[in-house]
Amino acid sequence: MNGQGAFAGALLSPEMPCPEQLRGPAGRHATRRFDVYRNNVTVALTEALAAAFPVVQRLVGEAYFAAMARDFIREHPPRSPVMALYGAGLPGWIERFPPLAALPYLPEVACLEQARREASLSADAAPLDPQALAGLSPEALAASAPRPHPAARFLRTRHPALAIWARNAGRPDLVQRPAGEVLVTRPKLSVLTCAAPIGTAATLEALARGLPLGAALPAGADHSAIFACLFSAGAVISEGDPKP
Amino acid sequence: MQSRTLPNTAGVGFKSVHFEDLADPGAVSWLEIHAENYMVEGGPRLAMLDDLRTRFPISVHGVGLSIGGEGPLDPAHLARLRRLIERVRPAQFSEHLAWSTHEGAYFSDLLPLPYTAATLDRVAAHVDEVQQHLGLRMLLENPSSYLVFEESTLSETAFLDEVSRRTGCGLLLDINNVFISASNLGTSAQGYLADYPVELVGEIHLAGYAEEDDGQGGPLLIDTHGAPVADPVWELYAEVISRIGPRPTLIEWDNDVPEFRTLEVEAARAARVMARRRAA
Repeated sequence: MNGQGAFAGALLSPEMPCPEQLRGPAGRHATRRFDVYRNNVTVALTEALAAAFPVVQRLVGEAYFAAMARDFIREHPPRSPVMALYGAGLPGWIERFPPLAALPYLPEVACLEQARREASLSADAAPLDPQALAGLSPEALAASAPRPHPAARFLRTRHPALAIWARNAGRPDLVQRPAGEVLVTRPKLSVLTCAAPIGTAATLEALARGLPLGAALPAGADHSAIFACLFSAGAVISEGDPKP
Repeated sequence: MQSRTLPNTAGVGFKSVHFEDLADPGAVSWLEIHAENYMVEGGPRLAMLDDLRTRFPISVHGVGLSIGGEGPLDPAHLARLRRLIERVRPAQFSEHLAWSTHEGAYFSDLLPLPYTAATLDRVAAHVDEVQQHLGLRMLLENPSSYLVFEESTLSETAFLDEVSRRTGCGLLLDINNVFISASNLGTSAQGYLADYPVELVGEIHLAGYAEEDDGQGGPLLIDTHGAPVADPVWELYAEVISRIGPRPTLIEWDNDVPEFRTLEVEAARAARVMARRRAA
């Protein structure tokens, strides 16, 4: 292999030699100089991951995060120059990374950070005003089919990931939250993160499939609590809104 | 005050932490953004940009097109770029003489290419394609170099000159890169600038570098964009401005981003260099 294939192959593989056709001044070998590019690539991609997953980085420590990121980057270099979205696969990768099995909550914290990032970059839309539904009969309300807001994300956690995230993200209001469902939204420009009643995730999944509210709210769940949560967080848009 | 051309004044690379500071921009009269940071669907980033573009001329600077790449340009990325350009309606668009993508993997760095007849054909074809697709005349920026390719047969200045001759593109002269490359490759920055087709310059970049050891007893300058512009770079800048007159001049500071006031002081210094030329 030669040309950019050799250069690209050696960039993320420190065990590979510096490509042969590269030279320093006066025809000297360029190993140290090629390492500048290796270092630039690893540092830039590690920084992109650290910016997206600051709480994960805090939980494992900067040095561990950098080492872990190096492994992730070699297996999953970005497939797009839009770095705002790089690392979407990191939560799943952490879950399958044996050395981190002792921190079973870590993949969930990473999922929460990814959800917050996605919410921040998603399309803008005006959340559905609950007043718009206020005059509806119970039957008409059950037949209405609001859709999830493009920025709405949810998680079902088995560990107190929200509390762990909150403790490390300066959110004292959420540090007592137990395991359960978490809702992330961005009704305007700020990302909101809150604990959600059981059944909120299932409701949003059903609304995303186009089901009406009456069929979307799961049996046995606290419908009014779910309803209040979805509307106060701005998690739904009107069924009539054009698809973003 | 949105302008269709960049003014011959000083600008800075926009960082979101400086958004509030731009209520009092001082010597900063235009802004440059990295295109890829705004290729998102919505949210606070785009909201800031929508606001800024009503107050400042904007230069869109791409870092991910991989114009020097062996493979074809990514049509999805070109489409994203076009959407952004249509939204921002910038005063200028620029990209790099470099590659950053290979077989779909993106390396988030500006990687070097040999200067040969074959790479010249490829770069010129890519520049042509970008200009056709975006419907504008772009500027192409000289890279910072740490090494050379044995197979190169053309000088960088001849290469840039010929790309421009074939495509009609303008050039973005990064004087920090000129200084870094000359130091790292043991050549002359003044000699480079004497050969460089300065009449094609539509914008100038100034930035800071870091100095490391090249492992062979000499310095190796690293293009960090994380420090004030160095004195020898200011001297080269003054020489260029005295030759060609004021040009849109950007202070780039992308790492260890300082307070806005620090950037503004650098922009004011560039403005003073241009003012001295105007008065001369």
